[in-house]
Amino acid sequence: MIPRGIEVLWEQRDALLNGLLTTIAITAVGAVCAGLLGLILFALLISRQRLVALSLAWLIDLMRCVPFMLFCYMIYYGLPSFGIVISNMTAGIAALTLYNAAYIAELLRGSFSALPAEGVEAGHAFGFHGSRLLLRIILPPVLLASIPMLGNQMVQIIKDSAFLVIIAVQELTFVANEIQATYYVPFASFVCAMLLYWVLCLAVEAGVRAVLRVAEARR
Amino acid sequence: MGTGDYLALAAGAANTIAVSVLAIVIGAPLGLGLALIRWRQVRGIDPIIATTVSLLRATPAVTLVLLVYFALPTIGLELPRFVAAVATLTLGTMAYNCEIWRATLLSFPSDQLDAARAFGMPRGLRVRLIVLPQIARAALPALVNEMTLIIKVSPAVAVIGVVEATRVAVRIGAATYNPIPPFLVALAIYVGVVGTFVAAQRALERRHRHGTRA
Repeated sequence: MIPRGIEVLWEQRDALLNGLLTTIAITAVGAVCAGLLGLILFALLISRQRLVALSLAWLIDLMRCVPFMLFCYMIYYGLPSFGIVISNMTAGIAALTLYNAAYIAELLRGSFSALPAEGVEAGHAFGFHGSRLLLRIILPPVLLASIPMLGNQMVQIIKDSAFLVIIAVQELTFVANEIQATYYVPFASFVCAMLLYWVLCLAVEAGVRAVLRVAEARR
Repeated sequence: MGTGDYLALAAGAANTIAVSVLAIVIGAPLGLGLALIRWRQVRGIDPIIATTVSLLRATPAVTLVLLVYFALPTIGLELPRFVAAVATLTLGTMAYNCEIWRATLLSFPSDQLDAARAFGMPRGLRVRLIVLPQIARAALPALVNEMTLIIKVSPAVAVIGVVEATRVAVRIGAATYNPIPPFLVALAIYVGVVGTFVAAQRALERRHRHGTRA
């Protein structure tokens, strides 16, 4: 049973590799877009536009109650109701981006509120304001303090990407499921997928440790 | 959406809650057990638990539920859908709970245990009367956070055909060609369930604070 499973997986290695690369691609694109959008949302959250900041905080709290899979369906099946038709791949990346941007904005806000306020006050005193205050004074320490949490969020994005199997994005879990359905080797194919996800997550953790070491050395 | 649809959504919500709560009730003590075993640093067992927990924490719930439901029958263990769903979510939350409990155990001050040992208190009693009440309080926010995460990954069990809130909403949306209303109801269900857990945590914390003050 198991040797046959490994044999089948070896024959299907190109399909598995494609699935793995798709998972890596959608998580990478999703993470970069979510990171950028998260930064913008964070800037709005701490801006002096009280109404914008408050309504955004409320929206982010709402997003943190929604399961990713439901959100995914809302994007994929809901948007056409408003006349927006997108491919399943675009829908998947859009869902990953919007969903995780809310979490990233919130974790950046958490790091920001844990830092002493003197830095920002000194920035004000030296005439920094607007985007220069944000980029030069606020963001560097906030990002530095958030590195471990951003790593956790990256792992979360990798795990969320498996949910995209439900809208037929051909990522790792989708491919593993197809191989299992065609050749009936469920054990080998899903364990293989699990191990590949594990490798991705361990790589992220190693990356976080490396970044922390560099940050520590440069301090 | 008709009355039948609302009833179907309510039944789906009941399944969501049942699967999540069962996973929490079974998974949290299992995680605590693993953390206590790791705390004793048993040679040989420790790396096995550490590896298993790391692997489980990296596995997406969708992949794990497919593995449990489709692969276990090949080794003669055929689980009904609902049991497979609970087992999957339990494994995931067990791994996260183990890490949470372990973190609080590592930060537990050892002088209290030394004092108890000096008075001749046996190990089991030391853990039960001195360690557990204190780490439970310290771990509570992280534990509740993990519980809300379980509710949020619970739609994963829909891929093996368990009829929970998200799946019902999608089905109604497909049948009525109007997906927005059922999605909004499902959204309200999750906000209600997750909100209940967060409110319960706040209430427990308030009671603890009063308890220590009195």
